[in-house]
Amino acid sequence: MWRSPEPKKSYDIIIIGGGGHGLGTAYYLAKEHKLKNIAVIEKGWLGSGNTGRNTTIIRSNYLWNESVYLYDHALKIWENLSNELNYNVMFSQRGVLNLAHNEHDVKEIKRRMSANRLNGIDSKWINTQEIKKLVPIMNTDNLRYPVLGASYQPRGGVARHDAVAWGFAMRADEMGVDIIQNCEVKNIITKSGKVTGVETDKGIISGEKVGVVASGHSSILAKTAGIKLPLQSRPLQALVSEPIKPVINTVVMSNAVHAYVSQSDKGELVIGAGTDGYNSFTQRGGYDVIEDTVRAIVELYPIFGKMKMLRQWGGIVDICPDASPIISKCEINGLYFNCGWGTGGFKATPGSANVFAYTIANDDPHPINAPFNLNRFVTGKLIDEHGAAAVAH
Amino acid sequence: MLVINCPYCGERDQSEFSNGGEAHVARPKNPETLDDKKWSEYVFIRLNPKGIFNERWVHTHGCRKWFNAIRNTSTDEILKVYKLNEEPPSIGEFDTTLKTPSGEPDLGSGNFTVKK
Repeated sequence: MWRSPEPKKSYDIIIIGGGGHGLGTAYYLAKEHKLKNIAVIEKGWLGSGNTGRNTTIIRSNYLWNESVYLYDHALKIWENLSNELNYNVMFSQRGVLNLAHNEHDVKEIKRRMSANRLNGIDSKWINTQEIKKLVPIMNTDNLRYPVLGASYQPRGGVARHDAVAWGFAMRADEMGVDIIQNCEVKNIITKSGKVTGVETDKGIISGEKVGVVASGHSSILAKTAGIKLPLQSRPLQALVSEPIKPVINTVVMSNAVHAYVSQSDKGELVIGAGTDGYNSFTQRGGYDVIEDTVRAIVELYPIFGKMKMLRQWGGIVDICPDASPIISKCEINGLYFNCGWGTGGFKATPGSANVFAYTIANDDPHPINAPFNLNRFVTGKLIDEHGAAAVAH
Repeated sequence: MLVINCPYCGERDQSEFSNGGEAHVARPKNPETLDDKKWSEYVFIRLNPKGIFNERWVHTHGCRKWFNAIRNTSTDEILKVYKLNEEPPSIGEFDTTLKTPSGEPDLGSGNFTVKK
């Protein structure tokens, strides 16, 4: 699949974090920017962090222009990613529904859908009867918060999370990127305002440029370089059920009752729960959070009432104050951050990697990620996506 | 679920409480003299340590009083709970070595396959 080389003494570019975003960044640096001498350093195995812990939902129906450009850039890459990588990432455009359960939801979702349409996104409003047709097992009226309608993005869907990491890893490796696993970066080393390398389990590796793509641990690494990031790390949980015959062939999300569900190709229901209300690095969360989600799922889909859940896990997500990511340069020359994806980074994987590679290669942001700079917290030009983020931040 | 020892009500489930983030963040004395960067730090930047964390809680579904706690964010262990008018304990009192919640390897929860 890919080599496991010992790290060299020095690289031109070091990417910290071997998840989808990090491996994708290395892939685009090598492929689109023809750069050589790149390393990806991962503390565990590839995709062992949030790439392997999310619910794989892909959509681009965000409210603000900046976000739509970023997430739809990703969605367009997703549409051809299996071809491009010659590796099946099992991208399945089965559509994504965002349910409205009250008057406010209806107004908010319709506003977002209208904004989407102005940006050329395939969002549309569908009523309860149409939802019933798409998802016959849904209980739309006999519940505490009835389903009043939904926004529907047919181009949305799911993909296989591991395959994304593996696909990028294989192709990056073929172009000479060194992928170093089981090697934790402890410190970012800087000298007079410039990055000089990283200190790892396997000694010091020097690097001209360092890209940090470490999700929940980004702010910890940033601190070693004297950079303060506006991030808080919290557990986000998900769970899967025993496998059953196909019952739901789309993705259904509900912010209001906090339940989202899709069915994997193996037949398991993949269910996303919420974040815990406190900072933690334990990679597990409170049982009450799962209970809340399962309660909502069972009310929305009474036939799931007697199912057994097989596995449950938590990932540590980096929450940003405006629920938008940071893809940015910083005060230190040669140090770049791609973080703050919070509860919804998987959908953006190839797009984020693509523009982050551009930023590193040119030492200047791509027009798509320029608004997602660190300086927005100083200027106040925030990109508030609390409404479009599925999980409340 | 965590069990939190409210200094006023005793031990209760964490779901009765809300977290208020980092404790002891003082509002700047003369905000009009601050530049945008300093103000931004006050508004947006909070500590996010892996390990000992000084944080605020409020007993939302109980006495509704605020108090402070010292928690280890790498294990979720609550090491000390103290009232708002009490001096914060010094971080030096606590063991700062990084641990995992049940002593499992620090990569992946419950995963024993990775050898360093």
